[in-house]
Amino acid sequence: MSILKLKNFHKHFNGTKAVSGVSFEIEKGKITGLIGPNGSGKSTLINLVTGVVLKNKGVLVISDSVKIDKIKPFDIKTFGITRTFQNVQVFEQMTVLDNILLTLSKRTVWGSLFEKYSQIYEDRASNILKLIGLSAKKNELAENLSYGQRKLLEIGRAISMDVDVILFDEPYAGLFPEMVKKVSEILKHLREQDKAILLVEHNMDLIRELCDHLVVMNAGEVLAEGKVEQVLSKQNVIEAYLGE
Amino acid sequence: MEYLIHLAILISIWSMLAVSLNLILGYTGLLSITHAAFFGLGAYATAISITVYDINFFLSILIGILITGIVSLLFGLVLSRFKGDIYALASFGLNIIVFSIFLNWQELTRGPLGIPGINRPEILDFVFKNNLYFLILVAITSFLIYLLSEYIVKSSFGRVLQAIREKEEIIQVFGYKTQFFKLTIFVISACIASVAGSFFASYITFIDPSTFDLQESIFILAIVILGGLANNKGAFVGTVFLILLPEVLRFVGFPTDVAAQMRQVVYGLLLVGLMMYRPQGLLGKFKL
Repeated sequence: MSILKLKNFHKHFNGTKAVSGVSFEIEKGKITGLIGPNGSGKSTLINLVTGVVLKNKGVLVISDSVKIDKIKPFDIKTFGITRTFQNVQVFEQMTVLDNILLTLSKRTVWGSLFEKYSQIYEDRASNILKLIGLSAKKNELAENLSYGQRKLLEIGRAISMDVDVILFDEPYAGLFPEMVKKVSEILKHLREQDKAILLVEHNMDLIRELCDHLVVMNAGEVLAEGKVEQVLSKQNVIEAYLGE
Repeated sequence: MEYLIHLAILISIWSMLAVSLNLILGYTGLLSITHAAFFGLGAYATAISITVYDINFFLSILIGILITGIVSLLFGLVLSRFKGDIYALASFGLNIIVFSIFLNWQELTRGPLGIPGINRPEILDFVFKNNLYFLILVAITSFLIYLLSEYIVKSSFGRVLQAIREKEEIIQVFGYKTQFFKLTIFVISACIASVAGSFFASYITFIDPSTFDLQESIFILAIVILGGLANNKGAFVGTVFLILLPEVLRFVGFPTDVAAQMRQVVYGLLLVGLMMYRPQGLLGKFKL
């Protein structure tokens, strides 16, 4: 079932087209891969979907019922969407636990100001930290984590949001093999939980292993879309991206 | 003894200012240079309430908080449009506007002549005329404000402020409308500065605009940076250091004809030296 539809997304930076007429769907319980050469518009597209960058045109449709024209970053949680970033973005001067708690506490000023200490939040955060293997680092500042651990923390933060759609922007970049395995386990676990996942990735082995559906972008446009092996065997995809 | 009590009162008043500015500057990362304006609003609210309308000091504090709350809300709405250096410059401009009002709205503030004859606090016929009693009152208030600030920064709200200081765009993606958080902490901080102003006016018994100019905002800023950003104890330590340093320098023994100037030079050099070797301040973890 389609949970997120991107319809005709456009973005131009000073006349240069970054994303042009991009449309595709993301389904529940599936991992949709998004691949393409560097500069093809993958991260820009995620920024547009999450309101981090303002789009010029395009509509986001949630669960075939809610149409969103103007996307604000603080609204996407309400629509059941969250994301990670290509350049890891944890709050470095805060503890690992606080990074997770930020995603659990109340979002309003008064709600957060008078929120009583909640054991439920602590328990949920502990479960997440266990899942990403950072329980032992709970009280350390995030700036003391290795690059890979920060990536894991960012992934943990996205999971703890408990939303239906998670957009992962190159979650494997710069990770050691054991961490790659860990992230793959997490993604499979999320799929089992019926989450819809968009995975931006360059490693074709991982794409083949994990993805149920694949979208290829080139020069800001969708070049191909469909089942992974079918898409990867298309001549235009090989020429534009795989270079085989 | 009287001299020491006097210094302790000044430390109590200025530590309220430092703790409150630290909420905006240290914890939220907004370089606001308009704190003296809110300090002044509280002082003038108390001065006018007591001398013109014969209102009790404690009620005048509430009036000051109300006026400052409204003004800071308006200022906050303006400032929420800016970030970084522009935010600092805009806040700088707002301080100048309030200072000009203190100076030029003579029917209300008496302009450069100032307002004399401001009474000490009074409760159930007990007047805090004795400086020791006044010190106890202001120290308790200052401590309560410290506790309030600790509560704020350790709450979920405080965690969001710290996330705003680091990466405002990122915390928004998690569903936080950051402008409301920034506005709220700005107003709370301004209201605390107003309380400090009320105590200052009542203690000195005379106020004029010169106390609430830009230089005063920069002095409060220096206290917070020196004490250490995002640390309430640091704000207190910074206050003690900067209030006592000029006093200590009185006893260094400079020749009388240049003593005042030399004290300023040494004072400045010490601050520059400290910032060179400990830019995060005395108790702080973060640099500006």
